[in-house]
Order: sequence, then C-alpha cells, then structure tokens
Amino acid sequence: MSSTTFQPETRGVVRRSPALASRRKMVDLTVKWLCMAATLIGLFFLASIMLTLLWRGLVALDWTVLTEEFRPTRYGDDTAPKGGLVHAIIGSLIQTAIGTAIGTPIGLLVGTYLSEYARGSVLGNVLRFVSDVLLSAPSILIGLFIYQLVVLPMGGFSGIAGALALAIIVIPVVVRTTEDMLQLIPNTLREAVIGLGAPKWKMITLVCYKAAASGILTGILLAVARIAGETAPLLLTSFGNNVTSFDLTRAMASLPIAIYQQANSGFPDLIQIAWSGALLITLGVLAINIIARAVLRGRN
Amino acid sequence: MGARAAPKPIGRGRGVDIGDLLFEWMCRGAGILVLLLLGGIIVTLFIGALPAFREFGLGFLTSTDWNPVEGRENYGGAVAIFGTVASAILAIVFSVPVAFGIAFFLTELAPEWLRRPVGTAIELLAAVPSIIYGMWGLFVVVPFVQMHIQLALGDYLTAIPLLGFLFESRFFAGTSLFTAAIVLAIMILPFIAATMRDVFLQVPPVYKESAYGLGATRWEVVKGVVLPYTRISVVGGIMLGLGRALGETMAVTFVIGNANRMPQSLFDPSTTIASIVAMEFPESLMGSLKQSALFALGFLLFVISFLVLAASRYLLRSRLKA
Amino acid sequence: MGSTTEQTAASAPGFGGMQARSAEALNAQARISVRNLDFYYGTNKALKGINLDLPDRQVTGMIGPSGCGKSTLLRVLNRMYSLYPGQRAEGEVLMDGRNMIDASVDLNELRAKVGMVFQKPTPFPMTIYDNIAFGIKLHEKLPKSEMDDRVEWALTRAAIWTEVKDRLQSSAMGLSGGQQQRLCIARSIAVRPEVMLFDEPTSALDPISTLKIEELIDELKRDFTICIVTHNMQQAARCADQVAFFYLGELVEVAPAAQLFTAPREKRTQEYITGRFG
Repeated sequence: MSSTTFQPETRGVVRRSPALASRRKMVDLTVKWLCMAATLIGLFFLASIMLTLLWRGLVALDWTVLTEEFRPTRYGDDTAPKGGLVHAIIGSLIQTAIGTAIGTPIGLLVGTYLSEYARGSVLGNVLRFVSDVLLSAPSILIGLFIYQLVVLPMGGFSGIAGALALAIIVIPVVVRTTEDMLQLIPNTLREAVIGLGAPKWKMITLVCYKAAASGILTGILLAVARIAGETAPLLLTSFGNNVTSFDLTRAMASLPIAIYQQANSGFPDLIQIAWSGALLITLGVLAINIIARAVLRGRN
Repeated sequence: MGARAAPKPIGRGRGVDIGDLLFEWMCRGAGILVLLLLGGIIVTLFIGALPAFREFGLGFLTSTDWNPVEGRENYGGAVAIFGTVASAILAIVFSVPVAFGIAFFLTELAPEWLRRPVGTAIELLAAVPSIIYGMWGLFVVVPFVQMHIQLALGDYLTAIPLLGFLFESRFFAGTSLFTAAIVLAIMILPFIAATMRDVFLQVPPVYKESAYGLGATRWEVVKGVVLPYTRISVVGGIMLGLGRALGETMAVTFVIGNANRMPQSLFDPSTTIASIVAMEFPESLMGSLKQSALFALGFLLFVISFLVLAASRYLLRSRLKA
Repeated sequence: MGSTTEQTAASAPGFGGMQARSAEALNAQARISVRNLDFYYGTNKALKGINLDLPDRQVTGMIGPSGCGKSTLLRVLNRMYSLYPGQRAEGEVLMDGRNMIDASVDLNELRAKVGMVFQKPTPFPMTIYDNIAFGIKLHEKLPKSEMDDRVEWALTRAAIWTEVKDRLQSSAMGLSGGQQQRLCIARSIAVRPEVMLFDEPTSALDPISTLKIEELIDELKRDFTICIVTHNMQQAARCADQVAFFYLGELVEVAPAAQLFTAPREKRTQEYITGRFG
C-alpha cells in the first residue's frame, strides 16, 4: 500500500490537461446553447399558434359570428347573409355546464375519499391508479363508451350523451386536485376540529373544504377548460347540429365540432368562421387556465 | 364545576354519528362509481368489438384491408395500429430532446426571474385544445412540411444511406405520418418537459453541489448526477407523453391524411386508431360490422394506452409520493 | 489503513493532536488568505469584514452558533454560492496570489483545487468505482490502469479501501452512512485538491463513524490544507490546529485551538465555549 504516501509532484494542477478543460467548456457551452434553442422552439410554437389564431381569427370575428346560426357557404354569392356560431356556442355552454355539474360532485367525493378515508388502503390505491389512468386515457374512447351506453339505447345522438361524456373527463381532474389540496391541510387543524367534538363529516365539509376551497376551485376551472375544447368524444355523442337546440335528447351543436366541420368544408368563408371560433375557444380556455393559476397563487 | 351535569354529546347516542356513516358511504360510493366507469369502458368496448373479433379473429391485427362495400366487407386493423404506434413513437423521438432542453434550461440555466414566465408559457401549450392544434397543423405545419421539408430537402433526405427510403414518397400533399408526428410532438412537449422539470427540481441541492464541488460543469452535473438520480421518473414522464400521443384524436385527424394504406415512407399519408374512429364512426350504421371493427380498434387502443399509462404511473410513483 | 491506525494511537485525547500545534506551525505560510470579505444573501449581509488565514497543511476549525456565517464562509472559499442568484461576495480570497472569488478565475479549476465534503453523505447513484472516477474524469484523461491506481489510492487515503475493495462495482448507495461519507472524502481526494472543506461532515453520523472521520482528517492534513465547520466544540478541539469563532456574521476570534478553548481573549468566545449561549 505504498500509494498511501502522497507524491507532491502529482499534486494539484500540475498534470491537469488544459485541452481537456477547454473541451469540457466547449461541450458545456454547446449544451447550454442547445437548451436555450430548445426553449425558444417551445415558445416559438406557442407564439405561432397564438399569432395564427389572432391573425386569421380576428379577420372574421364580428357580431354575426356571435349572433347568427350556421348558414351554408356564401361561395359565389356575396349577397347571401353571413352565418355564425351562436348555435355552437350555446350548445357548448349547455354541455360544458351539465358535464361540470355532474362530474364535479363525484370528483369531489372521490378526492375526499382518497384523502380522508382511504389513506394506504387497497381500495384507495386502486382508485387513485384508476383515476390517474382516466385522466390521460384517450378521450375518444369515452365517446365510444357513452355511445354504447347512452346513444344506442336512446336511438340517436343527444346533448345529454355529450354532457355525460364530458362529465367523465371532469371527474379525474377534480379528483386529483381535490386530493392534492386536502393533503396540504395540516393534520393539526383536523385534530383541533375533532377535538372540539365535531363529527368527521362536519370537519371535512365545514373546515377542510373551506381551507382547500381555492385549490378545489382551481381544479374545477381546469376541468372546465379541459372539456370546453374537447372534440373527439362529442363527435360520437352529441354529434353536432346546425341550429340552436335546447333539447337534450337530440343532437346538439358545440363549438369544437362546428370548428371541425367548417374547417374541413373547403369553403374559404366557412373556414374563416372556423378560425374565429378557434380564436374564441382558445382565448376562453387560456383565460380560464390563467385565472385558475392566479386563484392558486393568491392562496399561497 | 362538578355541580352541573355535563351536557350530553349531541348526535352521538349510538357511538357513531349517522352523518359520518352517510358521508363516508357517499365518498366510497363515488369511488366505486369511478371503478365501475373504467370497468364499464373496457366491457362496452369489448362487447362492441365482439362481432368483429368473431368475424376476423386474430387476422384483424394483421390485415390491412378496409373494405366497407356490402357483401365484401372486410376490416383489418393493421394500418391504424401501425400508424398509431409509429406516429406516437416518432413524436417521442422529436419531443424528448426538446423537452429535456427546456427542463434543463428551466432548472439550471435560466435566471430566476425568467423561470416562472417561461415555465407557465410552456405549460399553457398543454392547455391549448387539440382541435386548435389540428387547425394550426393543417394550415401552418402541413404547408411547411410540404414546401420546406419535402420539396426543399427531399432530395437530400432520400440520399441518406440506409434511411433514405423513409423519405421516398409519391405523395406531396404534406399530410403525412411525419406531419402528424410533428404536431403530436408539440402537443406532448409540455407534459414531458413539465415532468422532467419537476423531477429535476427534486434532486437534493447538496448532491448537485457535491458534483459542482468536484469541478463539474452544469452539463456534467446533469449528465452525471441529475439524470442518474431521476432516470426512472424521466422514463415515466416520457411514457406519459407516449400515452397521450397514442390516443390523441383531433390534431392527428387534421394532418395525417386519413389513408387506410400501409405507409411506405414518412411522407405517406396514413391513419391512426383514434382518427379512423373519429372519421368513420359517426357515419357508420348502428350495429354494422364496420362499427364493430371500429369498436375493436378502440378496444385495442384502450389496451395499449392503458399499459403505457400504467407503466408511466408505476415509474412516477416516487414522484407522486413526494 | 496501517498508517491511519498509527496516527490514531499517537493522537492523545485532549487539546491538540500529535503534530505541532504551536504558534510557529500556525505561522506557516497561509494557503488561503481571506481579506475584508463581505457576503450578501440578497440585501442581507451575512458576513462582515472577515480576515482569516488558513495555514498550509493545518486544520482550521470554524465554530459558532447556527446562522453565524461559518458555513457561508466555507461556501465562499469554493464559490459554491455562485450557483444561487442573489448571493454575492465582496473582498478577497487569496490563493497563490490570485483573488479566487473574482469572476475571471475559472470555477472548475478552483473547485478542482478546493474540494468539499458535505453534512450529509452524497454518494452518486452509481458504482463505488464510478463515484471516485467521476471527479477524476472531469479533469484528467487517464488510461484504465492508471485510473484503477488512482481510485485505489483515493479510497486508501480515505481509509475505506479495505472495506470496499471487493465490491467496487456495486452501488455506492448500499454502503453505511459512515462509509458513504468516507467515500465522499475519497471522491474529493481523487481530484487531488490542495484544500479540503468539510461542512459539518459528521453531523449525520454515529459516534464510531464520527471518530473514524476525525482520525481521517488528522491523517489528511499531512497533505491537505483543511477547513472544517462544526457544531461540536469537542470536535473542533480534537481536530483543529487553529479555531475561528464566528458570531452574527463576524469573525470574533481566531487562535490556536488550545489557546482559544482555554484562554479566549474575547468575552463572547468565553461565553460561547462555556455554553452560556448558542
């Protein structure tokens, strides 16, 4: 074990290779530039999407889009009245509202169950896993499921089928945020409430929900933003409609479907309307997202 | 103190509060409903798929036929299955390096004031609805691929030894497997980047400091310490992106060309399970064999994405706990 | 391993080890000289006008209550603070006539000269061998056989070779806490620094592992200039040749260990070492 004695000539910088040092610095610098480029690429895509939407969407965005129903193309006849998207906006609002109304309480209860009742239990772990899978599951399959479950028995596409499909998408989003937010509540708070003699359900509904309110609200907002832009499941459930309909048992229009159909129509005037719809929906969804973040940040 | 009798506990007569019992069962009931939902999805897809599975058997997986003409109906899923897997994997190949770059930039390189706005912008990319990606893809990416990649670089790409055949196509519409993969890559970018950033941030600073303390550069610290520490979660994040890419519908439908033909090249049009269902299902007759074939494809998509998402969640479990 | 044991036998308990801890030894050439050093966390001044010499191949112990700035000073010496935005140092840290906190000094070169061992053992998630080789590969391109020699040398110097020589290819995460810490010392030594910084290296270890690390530090000072931050005054007394006492960001007193612990000049030092605050 002669190597235990230190040889002064091998000390310090003496044998360190300057070539190696400069090569390492080159590699580091290159990676740094590549990473900055990658970030710029990501930001570039966001900018490209937003600018395209603004540029093409603003051109066609006027009151008729918000007040008129669908009209066939004016191609070759400039005097024909312009169409709009009001039927689709109303349909989207109805289905999103009902979907959120159905999905939120279920998601809230499941999130509560995971956080307050099922810590470490088998059912809890399975449920958490299933909810996470549903969160990322292909949404078109939820459309197929509702088709089989609702559309077939009812004999046709319907607004309620669309709303139910959206509700299923809402549930896992709300479950995740509810559980996460309830988890953040310190146990001492729970113990303090129980210590006053309150039953557990009152502790949860009166104190925990209040403490986690802004977080839970964030979850609901994110869920709304998510389903407001959903297209695929609606294609197989509410299908779309060219006129305003409030009848939940019939096919119902929705903004994403209207955009999809008109964007693929091949007629420039309809494509323009699709762009203005796309702009509306994106601004709405991004606004909800930003509000949700603000709500969450205001809390911290 | 002792003179006054203690008030009786309210509503606790039988030891268990009836409200407690009710509320717990409501929560548990909602949980069971969610389990039933997932079970229901599997079962209904399978029931819907049964006629097709009976008719075509295992050949459904390998047949590239898609013939709806009555009397000669024949449906095979091979093209859609291949298109789904190929576009998703290609999207991962495009997306992962960029996502890593963003995560590295946001955790190690960017000045503090830049981290939050850039991080938020990247996350907003995940909030853009997929139909918007579809339209943007159709009107921006498709012409770009057509003009600036296929026409401008096509000759150089086909000249690449061994891989050149991937770029040799007789289709010039710009709607192709390649375009779909690019749009998918952009869509899953924020998911992978955000997961990577979050797990990178979970590496205790003292580990990074000990590597810096040896004289390592930022890149060497990430390569030597951060990545080995987080590799399982990083793979989990990639699987999450893969799961999303496999099931993405609208964006792909707009840009892939929807051709039920086995693609010979990256620039050939193709189709995926999700987009063929979206395109053909609304037009198919209730209870038809075609509808059943589409259910069968849906069932397969469910199985594939379930496996990928389950694997992702398993790999990310340590992150979820933290 | 043998040499370490001999050293230990020689080092009696009490103040000072076997090697000269007289004032002359401390007057030995300073390896690092800190001059008028101020340090800021944002706008908060954490170090005020520090002047301190680290004598060549001696152990300097830094003591003081939590938040007094001793760890901060340690992190200035290898510019670890520069990782974090908002932290900055003003003044001079002189080594070989250069101000090491000047931006023109190459960070990686500085850190190759000034190694650091942390509070908690920080084995990298790789094999024992690769842990040691990691740092070496950053600075030198060695053929396999030389690399093997160097890894063995480093592990031997850190008094852990005999314990790990049969499992160099197994994961470093499987070692005990004390072994992990010696591995981290070996990893620092392997780069062949001139100065070694120890930031409370035994605070996460049991008493026996602590003793081993202390013996090791005593042994290492033959070749390295050592600076150790500790919460434990006995440890400072056992390991250090000179001791510096910090309080509220100021260097209150620096003196040979025996003197500081027996006859401190400052009242605050006196109060701290007798346990009246801290």
